[in-house]
Amino acid sequence: MSAPARTPAGAPGSLTGPGSGGVGDDAARPDGTLKVRGEFAYGSDLWMEDMLWGVTLRSPHPYARIRSIDVGPALAVPGVKAVLTSDDVPGEKVYGLELADQPVLAVDVVRYQGEPVALVAADHPETARAAAARIVVDYEVWEPVTDAITALGHPHWNQVHDGTARVTELSRESAHLHPEGNLVRHLKVRTGDPAPTADVVVVNTYEVGMQDQAFLGPESGLAVPAEDGGVELYVATQWLHVDQRQICSALSLPPEQVRLTLAGVGGAFGGREDLSMHVHACLLALRTGKPVKMSYNREESFFGHVHRHPATMRYEHGATRDGDLVYVKAEIYFDGGAYASSTPAVVGNGGTMGIGPYVVPNVHVDCYGAYTNNPPCGAMRGFGSVQTAFAYESQMDALAAELGMDPVELRCRNAMEQGSKAITGQVIDSPAPVVELLRRLEAMPLPGAAPDDLRHMPGGVSNTTHGEGVRRGIGYAVSYKNVAFSEGFDDYSTARVRLEVVGGEPTVTVHTAAAEVGQGLVTVEQQIARTELGVDRVVVAPKDTQVGSAGSTSASRQTYVTGGAVKAACEAVRGRVLERAAATTGRPVGELRLFDGAVVADGLELPLAELLGDDAVEETLEWRHRPTEAIDPETGQGFAHVQYAFSAHRAVVDVDTELGLVKVVEMACTQDVGKAINPQAVVGQIQGGTAQGLGLAVMEEILIKDGRVQNPSFTDYLIPTILDMPPMRIEILEYADPHAPYGLRGVGEAPNISSGPAVLAAIRQATGLPLTRVPVRPEHLTGT
Amino acid sequence: MRLTCTVNGTEQQVDDVWEGESLLYVLRERMGLPGSKNACEQGECGSCTVYLDGTPVCSCLVAAGQAEGREVGTVEGMATDEALHPVQQAFLDAGAVQCGFCTPGLLVATDDLVTRSLAAGAPPEDAEIREALAGNLCRCTGYEKILDAVKLAATRMSESAR
Repeated sequence: MSAPARTPAGAPGSLTGPGSGGVGDDAARPDGTLKVRGEFAYGSDLWMEDMLWGVTLRSPHPYARIRSIDVGPALAVPGVKAVLTSDDVPGEKVYGLELADQPVLAVDVVRYQGEPVALVAADHPETARAAAARIVVDYEVWEPVTDAITALGHPHWNQVHDGTARVTELSRESAHLHPEGNLVRHLKVRTGDPAPTADVVVVNTYEVGMQDQAFLGPESGLAVPAEDGGVELYVATQWLHVDQRQICSALSLPPEQVRLTLAGVGGAFGGREDLSMHVHACLLALRTGKPVKMSYNREESFFGHVHRHPATMRYEHGATRDGDLVYVKAEIYFDGGAYASSTPAVVGNGGTMGIGPYVVPNVHVDCYGAYTNNPPCGAMRGFGSVQTAFAYESQMDALAAELGMDPVELRCRNAMEQGSKAITGQVIDSPAPVVELLRRLEAMPLPGAAPDDLRHMPGGVSNTTHGEGVRRGIGYAVSYKNVAFSEGFDDYSTARVRLEVVGGEPTVTVHTAAAEVGQGLVTVEQQIARTELGVDRVVVAPKDTQVGSAGSTSASRQTYVTGGAVKAACEAVRGRVLERAAATTGRPVGELRLFDGAVVADGLELPLAELLGDDAVEETLEWRHRPTEAIDPETGQGFAHVQYAFSAHRAVVDVDTELGLVKVVEMACTQDVGKAINPQAVVGQIQGGTAQGLGLAVMEEILIKDGRVQNPSFTDYLIPTILDMPPMRIEILEYADPHAPYGLRGVGEAPNISSGPAVLAAIRQATGLPLTRVPVRPEHLTGT
Repeated sequence: MRLTCTVNGTEQQVDDVWEGESLLYVLRERMGLPGSKNACEQGECGSCTVYLDGTPVCSCLVAAGQAEGREVGTVEGMATDEALHPVQQAFLDAGAVQCGFCTPGLLVATDDLVTRSLAAGAPPEDAEIREALAGNLCRCTGYEKILDAVKLAATRMSESAR
């Protein structure tokens, strides 16, 4: 029996917000006032009078067979309303973004520490947690596979190997995590001479640790059982429709009965692209007939979402004595952890953009994604490009040193420009101002010496140095990244735009399913509607599955794709309104435009209130960017990406070389954004992305030992504080991409990519150490 | 147990509070005041910062029973129906709010800092701001606009105090 669907406290309403600001303006956020008043409801703020709390029992082992599960002791706890295991999943028992390989609840085997095994619903969260602890799971513990190269059975560094990856048998039966073996994807790029030679060659191996998105709002949501036997799910997520597809599959319910609404999202950065508590809360709600809230605490959050893939990369760069790149060979391993998540697409990015924004005639790239028993890895801001940027930019510095050249000079000499061919053979058909980005950075003034104040020293008020042993370094890095979904993916968004007169005032309502995660898409939607329809009052409807898919809030794509959809829907509405005005006034449509709530032309001002009366004009349409194509499986050639974003950073650091402490003194960034739809928000993206890149360079890493996470807390997993982030200089370039709406480029990810490599380069310059691993830790600098 | 305390100037009484509950939990789940946030629940992130008898604390680290008979101030108590508090307005104007999950805690911490600084005769300098807000994590903004917001709030509060 199901309870009637009701609306929880905190269910999102329409955002009306401030009434001004079109494309190109610093328009204010429509959710801003709610957020500063503490009235904006995030997923964890949802509440209903009779709701239950759901909790998850997770595997303590990275790899084990489940012999048996006894839920009896948990069910006996007073206040417990349901205890569920995989036997209670009515539909498909596995899900996944690209490959359905991840169990909703563990089926026979657990493949990573923290894998969900059972669920409990109770009337108090502590009761639920205490009951979950009483579930008895009998595990046969297996030895985990914890290294991507070993998982594939590759000898370490088999640069010679070509053709299909040969996954050799490991020594034990359990070494294959999945039936098809441990290879998720092998991407090859082959151009030019297969056996090139060069005057100068540098070869290095690089490692990037596992980074966490560390969004502040925990995974959370509320599932409410509905009268029709379905469920309403309010959830903090990145892509409502891909969630809906997976939830329907697990619940064996049609989409009409699984209705999702976006709850307030406290940051995402890729970590909400995969399901977390979504299906679990729905299962518990449908079983108990009660609303069920689930909200992870910070420790559980570290186990509850995918992370950025750690990478091991071997690069070989060959150049002429003059500094022209002759060839690059790269072998890149991404550790995907226990389940595929978005590993195939991460490998796609890592491989197809794996040598950076440079023109190189001979390229040989092998990029692998592997299954291991480490935590699953998937989407995080920068998606496959962050890891390789550390390697290729370090290589450019190493090559410059070998050649006795200035590192910026070497980069400029080999930089991509409009008309260049990427390593995929794709012609870069819009501005690619790599050289200008670097030259502008060089031209910016440098910060002065640190003042004689402990607070400006590495180590700060810990009083570790007054300047002795401190050396300054300056580093540069440039990177590029695809915007939107690639490799032939049918990437679209849906927008519904309605123009009507409400209370005498022309009002536009924009309805999309595009997730607002903090970046300000709701503001952009309003700005576009104001510009296209000449109406100030724009209402943003709640994001839900009552309108078609908007695609994911990821890949820096929403302003481009959902922005494009809103623009196109506005144009369709405008066309109908102007036709109507033409019929009324006898003036040709071509002379008419919408401005300030009226149809205007020379000598004409017809208020919309008068023209429309009680009628509404509404259009819903899907909008696609121009199609991309799959790359050739043997050569990696093809029109893989619709657009690229370019950014560059200069970092200035002071390093206490005796203690290995790093103080980042200043970050400078140049980025081409095509067109800044909201300049203030663009700057915010650059500042925030820069901080996350800095974090990976010097502090952020999920430490894994034998498949076990060592630091699942903000005590031990460090993200930059306000003390760690230096002042920034930012210059924004606006070279229009003729293929994109308003000429815009996606913004969010690029600054996250070039930031860290610049910091690393600066530390390297300060210390003279090669530094091939991030995050850089004090012991890497002191050799202790 | 029964808990009685004053929250944003109003006396609140709640029954059946389990002794293990934090002040944050009681505010959010029992008093209908979810403005204070639950980003880490271990005192590391500052998102749950509230005033307790005028001193900023991480409400996740305060046992609910410790608030008995005391005065609690949360983000919900900062604005009036008509107007935002100058710190709130400054955060909006400076673009210091993205996802906003850190915002309630930062608003309380900033209000405390600016109020103390102005009482001592000068708006806070950058290094003071960084030190005072070092316990408030933000993952979206890179903190630049938060610094801008604090300085803007200090300027406006200083002007309005004249």
